[in-house]
Amino acid sequence: MKLRSLATLLVTLFGFSQAFCATKSSEKTDNKGAASELRWAAAVDSNAPFAFYDKNNRLTGFEFEIIEGISRRMGREPKFIQNSWDGLIPGLGRGLYDCVICGIEITAEKGQEVLFSNPYYITFEQLVVAKGTPPVTSLAELSGRKVGTLEQTAALKMLQDTPNVVVKSYAEEMNAYHDVANGRIYGALLDFPIAKYYAGPDAALEFTGPPFGKITYGIAVSRSRPELIQQINAALGEMVLSGELRDILSRWGLWTPTMAKALNQPDEPSLPDTEFKAFAAQFNEAGGIVAKLQRYFVYWPVILDGCILTLEISILSMAIAIALGFLLALMRVYGPFPLKLISILYIEIVRGTPLLVQLLILFYGLPYIGIKLEPFIAGMLGLGMNYAAYEAENYRAGLLAIPKGQMEAARALGMTHRQGLRCVVVPQAFRLVLPPVTNDFISLLKDSSLVSAVTLIDLTGAYTRIATQTFDYFGTGLLIAAIYLLIGLPFVRLAGWLEKRLSSDHRTPKQKPSFWIGLGA
Amino acid sequence: MSEKDLPIVQVSALRKSFGDVAVLKGVGFEMEQGDLVSIIGPSGCGKSTLLRCLNALEVMDSGSIRMAGVTLERSEGETRLDPRFHDLAHELRQRVGMVFQQFNLFPNKTILENVTLAPLVVNKEPREVAEENALRQLEKVGLGGFAKRYPAQLSGGQQQRAAIARSLAMNPQVMLYDEPTSALDPMLVDEVLSVMKALDAEGMTQIVVTHEIRFARDASDYIIYMEQGEIVELSDQDEIFTNPKDERTRRFLHRFA
Repeated sequence: MKLRSLATLLVTLFGFSQAFCATKSSEKTDNKGAASELRWAAAVDSNAPFAFYDKNNRLTGFEFEIIEGISRRMGREPKFIQNSWDGLIPGLGRGLYDCVICGIEITAEKGQEVLFSNPYYITFEQLVVAKGTPPVTSLAELSGRKVGTLEQTAALKMLQDTPNVVVKSYAEEMNAYHDVANGRIYGALLDFPIAKYYAGPDAALEFTGPPFGKITYGIAVSRSRPELIQQINAALGEMVLSGELRDILSRWGLWTPTMAKALNQPDEPSLPDTEFKAFAAQFNEAGGIVAKLQRYFVYWPVILDGCILTLEISILSMAIAIALGFLLALMRVYGPFPLKLISILYIEIVRGTPLLVQLLILFYGLPYIGIKLEPFIAGMLGLGMNYAAYEAENYRAGLLAIPKGQMEAARALGMTHRQGLRCVVVPQAFRLVLPPVTNDFISLLKDSSLVSAVTLIDLTGAYTRIATQTFDYFGTGLLIAAIYLLIGLPFVRLAGWLEKRLSSDHRTPKQKPSFWIGLGA
Repeated sequence: MSEKDLPIVQVSALRKSFGDVAVLKGVGFEMEQGDLVSIIGPSGCGKSTLLRCLNALEVMDSGSIRMAGVTLERSEGETRLDPRFHDLAHELRQRVGMVFQQFNLFPNKTILENVTLAPLVVNKEPREVAEENALRQLEKVGLGGFAKRYPAQLSGGQQQRAAIARSLAMNPQVMLYDEPTSALDPMLVDEVLSVMKALDAEGMTQIVVTHEIRFARDASDYIIYMEQGEIVELSDQDEIFTNPKDERTRRFLHRFA
């Protein structure tokens, strides 16, 4: 996954200082109320049955119940922290939370980056094909076929190691299974819990073949905190002995012979699989327009929060972009050589590197040199500093477009260069650059969706959450797109109004411009 | 000699080059308080550059300019500009007005705002005082009713008169005009020239770079004829037309005789 590899790259880049800083930061977090809280992270969108939001928008899932049980036994209050799948491991190094529980497979490779607890679940890869497909008994039989799986999974590696299989890797399991049902790919190989929840209830799909491979899930913590791993292992051990783990897995329909054997407990579930039944019923719910609208209504707090965050971060970022961009433009156009050079370098570097990488550096990179930013601050600064480069070029164009005679007239009237800029050139340039600046604001409004990379849930985050909980990507997509359009419109109108108001070089007598100019006439 | 007895404009050995091209090759002249001097000459003779050097919109290479009590000087071979030069130039520009060929009014401001801007920003005059004075200046150039208009709503002649009023609002001791009527319809030229004549009658010291030979002849106390960066002839307006001393002047003016 692109994002993930970027984050990993950053970790490697800053790795040399990690040994020192990570210890320090974990000490800090220990002091800071961590004795009473266990902060755990997961990527909860499209994440059933691990940890996910149910249709009432409440957090649930078997991993959720396990971490709750562990916290209780440790005498700590569990506190959930949302992060993107790619940011989960880097977030540990950053001290954003104490542990990650999110279907993370224990591998030697990952063991270099983090400490793993004892396994809390052991499972395998399940092959899913369209109903009526002849049985498959080994991966080798998939030779020449297109097979889908998720990015960054053990299944991906297994498929890549099988000769002649055309591997398609997906970001979301639903997309993979849809493609199986649509015949775009022959089958999908995914972790058994995912297959059970996302393919099992679908009448168009069926399971085939034996269990492939062996996968063990573990809780990850920072390498600097071995004492925490011991506490987690102790609590987990108690949950196994008391039978609580078996109860949880049974209710979620995940109690398998493999687990029974591994824990040396009876094969049959201790409780009926009520949680799975509830999920499957919801999965097959009728999807009429009215039902959909009703479902969206349940999510209005998520949408509203997303809107507010998107607006807040966009407006504040734009304020930073305008102020900083203006300064950079002045430096570049009127500054002495060193300032001019600084401005040019800033613009070229910031404009020439991806916004996402800048956000990741700000959020995950800076802590390694001792600067820790809140997610909101990091997102706002990242967007603002990025757009400042573009604004600077807008203003530069505006400043250069004002005829030289304007400054000469100002100076001939006895104004200093600075007064001429402030009173004559800049006001005219401002009016000139309004259209491109408005353009950039609309663009920023949409780019603000990248802040999900730093754990914030904006409007796009709300989309992911709703779509993956309702399995309605199309309707939710239209809804969220419409909301983006709606919240952008007032700013377009405002800019149009300002533009009209500030324009004075027209020969007709001045009219008071209406806010609604451009809508009709 | 006291300040009063000195000529109000004193220019000597003024040199200016753009790269290898010498545009002014040692120019000097003097003016008394209340004089109106026209500078004429073929295109490219350096007359506009001379005017722009006078209020340091162009920085001279060497020479001295003494105007309205401020002296700007640069010695020959001086490569680095004395930091005090800019302060003095700024001081000088506050006492010397300038009017441009293209008017250079501020298009985003009304005529009144154009005229009051410098008094407000530079002199920190109270708004009422600045506006009252501005209206008086606009009245003087015949634009009493145009204070609320924007430059684009005015004719060229009106714009140039507004530009003159804008300069007058700073109470200059000397006015410089850089081809003030060249961008105007022939119909509109006279309304600008008559404003300048009225100012002359009030005793304003004025230097006019112009192609309007008739105006130069009618209104000037002196005419400077320039060619190739040098002052070829400086004389009384009648004499230069009836009895030019230099052959080059004769050649230039015979078309207008």
